[in-house]
Amino acid sequence: MPARSMLLAGIEEHDLATVEGYRAVGGYEALPKARAMAPDDLIAELQASNLRGRGGAGFPMGRKASLIDRKSGRPTYLVVNGDESEPGAFKDREVMAKAPQRLIEGCLISAHAIESTHVFIYIRGEYLTEYEILQAAVDEARAAGLFDPVEITVHRGAGAYICGEETALLDSLEGRRGQPRPRPPFPPVQGLYGAPTQINNVCTIASVPEIIAMGAAEWAKIGAESSPGTAIFSISGNIVKPGNYELELGTPMRELIYDWAGGIPDGRALKGVIPGGSSVPILTPDEIDVPLDYDSIGALGSFFGSASLIVVDDRCCMVQLALRAAKFYMHESCGKCTPCREGTRWQVQLLEKIEAGDATLADLDLLESVGSRILGKSLCALGDFAVYPVQSYMRKYPDEFRAHVDRGGCPFGGQSSIEGIVAPSDQHTHSPVAEVPA
Amino acid sequence: MRDFAAQVQDIAAQYPDSRSAVLPALRLAQARHDGWLPPEAFVEVAEALELTPAYCQAVASFYDMYHLAPTGKHFIEVCTNLSCALARAQDVVDAFESELGVTVGETTEDGEITFRAVECLNACGYAPVVAIDHRYRLHTSPEDVAAIVEELRAGS
Repeated sequence: MPARSMLLAGIEEHDLATVEGYRAVGGYEALPKARAMAPDDLIAELQASNLRGRGGAGFPMGRKASLIDRKSGRPTYLVVNGDESEPGAFKDREVMAKAPQRLIEGCLISAHAIESTHVFIYIRGEYLTEYEILQAAVDEARAAGLFDPVEITVHRGAGAYICGEETALLDSLEGRRGQPRPRPPFPPVQGLYGAPTQINNVCTIASVPEIIAMGAAEWAKIGAESSPGTAIFSISGNIVKPGNYELELGTPMRELIYDWAGGIPDGRALKGVIPGGSSVPILTPDEIDVPLDYDSIGALGSFFGSASLIVVDDRCCMVQLALRAAKFYMHESCGKCTPCREGTRWQVQLLEKIEAGDATLADLDLLESVGSRILGKSLCALGDFAVYPVQSYMRKYPDEFRAHVDRGGCPFGGQSSIEGIVAPSDQHTHSPVAEVPA
Repeated sequence: MRDFAAQVQDIAAQYPDSRSAVLPALRLAQARHDGWLPPEAFVEVAEALELTPAYCQAVASFYDMYHLAPTGKHFIEVCTNLSCALARAQDVVDAFESELGVTVGETTEDGEITFRAVECLNACGYAPVVAIDHRYRLHTSPEDVAAIVEELRAGS
C-alpha cells in the first residue's frame, strides 16, 4: 500500500507548531465546521468514522464521547493522554513536536462534542523539548483567539509508566501518586475531579480534524474496514531503517518490515516481532503475513497496542529479552495491587535463575503459574503487560528456555545481542509503598 | 519564599482543584534546591498548597524524576530498554562508566555528573538514546562519549 499522510501531513513543508504554518495546509478549517454542528451531531459523525483509540485498547472514540453524561450538572473534561511510555512507541512524541497545532485543533473539536470547556494534555515529564514546543503552540493558538470558550492546560508528568493508564493518569493529574482506580465508575461517568471525563491518546485526537474536514463517510473508507484511518507505526530494534511510518491500517506487516523499513540488517534472520509495544505477545516469523489492524493482530493472540513494532533478530537470547521486559514492568508496577506488585518480582527472580543456569524444569512451571496468578487479577492491565511478553516468549521459544535448564546456563554463552544489559531496577527502585517521614 | 508561594499559586489557578499543582510545584521546588527535594522543600510546597509535607513527600517518592537525595549538577541518562538494548546501549553504558569513573546510579566524585540507566525514553527508532540534562541525544555510540562528557564539563 502507498504511504498515506494525514496525522503528519505537511510536516516537511511547513512548521505545524505555528498557527500560520498549520493554516497553510488547511489547518483550523475543520474547527468552525465542527462548532457549527450540534454536539450530538458531531458525536454521531465521530461514531460514523469508527475512529478507534490509538492508545492501545482500540475503543471507538465517538462511542466514548457518546458515553459522557453532559447533563450531570458537573463540568465535563477532555484529557489527552500524551504520557507515551510503552517501550517501542514514539509516535505521540512526533505528533506533539511536529504537528502540535493539529493536536490542538483536535482537542477543540472533541471538546465541543462533549461540551467541555477545559482540556488537559498530559505529557510525560521526560518529553522536555516536546513540552516546550507544545506549550508554545498552545499559547500561540490561544492568542490567535481560537480557544474561546475552551481552555487547554498542558500538564507534565514526572516519570512513571503507569500514568499512561487512564485512571492512574487522572490521579496523577489531580496531584496524587499515579495509581489506577477501581472501575466502575468509568471515567465518562466519574473521571477527573469526579466529573464526566473523556480520555484519548494523542494520535486519536489528532485524527479528528481530518475526519471533520473530509467527512466521516469518506474518512472511513481509508484503511481497514474494521479499523479505518491511518496510524503512525513506530518500528525499532534490529531493522535497517527504524523510525515512524504513517500508513493505512491494514497494511501488511511484512510490507512495513521489509519494504518500508528495509528488512533485517547484517544478513541476519528474523526471530520475532513484538507488534504493539513491549507489553504484547511476540509474533514469530511465520506470523508476519498479517494486516496491521486491531482485529487481525488480535486474531493471532496478540495486540495492535500502540502500533509499535520491535524487531528482534536471531542473535537475541529470549530469556534475556524476557528478563529485561520483566524488570521494566517490575520497576513500573505502582504497588497498589498485590498480584502485580509481588508477581512482577517473582517473575524477575525466576527469570534470573533461569538465565543463570540454576533453574530446574519445575521453575519453568512455576514461572507459568506465577503469570497465571497475575493475569486479570489487578485493577489495571500493567500486571497483564508484565506477563504477556514472558509467557509468549516461553510458549513460542520453548527450546531456548529449556536449553537454559538442560545446559545449566545461557546457550548463547555470552554472545547474545543484549548480553549484560543493565536495567534501572538494578541500580535503584522507586518505592512500591509511600515513603513518609517517621 | 513569598515568591515561590506566589508562583505555585499562579500554577494552581490553572486547575479546578489546587492539588493538581503538586507535581509542577515539586518540580519548581526541586529546581530551587539544587536539583533535589530536601525536607524543607516539602514544607514549602505543602504551605503553598495547604497540604501536609508528608503528603507531598509521598507523592514525590512515587515519581522517578523527583530526587529525594542530592544529585550531581548534570544528568547523563542512558535508555536501556528493549530497542536500545538491541542497539547495544550496554556498550554506551560501559563507555560512560569508564569515562566518568562511576557505575550506573552514581555521581562523579566532584559532584558534577550523575549517571543513570533509565527506562524507555520513547525515542526507540533513534537508539541508543541518551538524555543529557533531559535533552535527548539520538543514535549515541560509545565513540561519542568522551566528547559528550567534555562538553558537559566545559559548559558547567
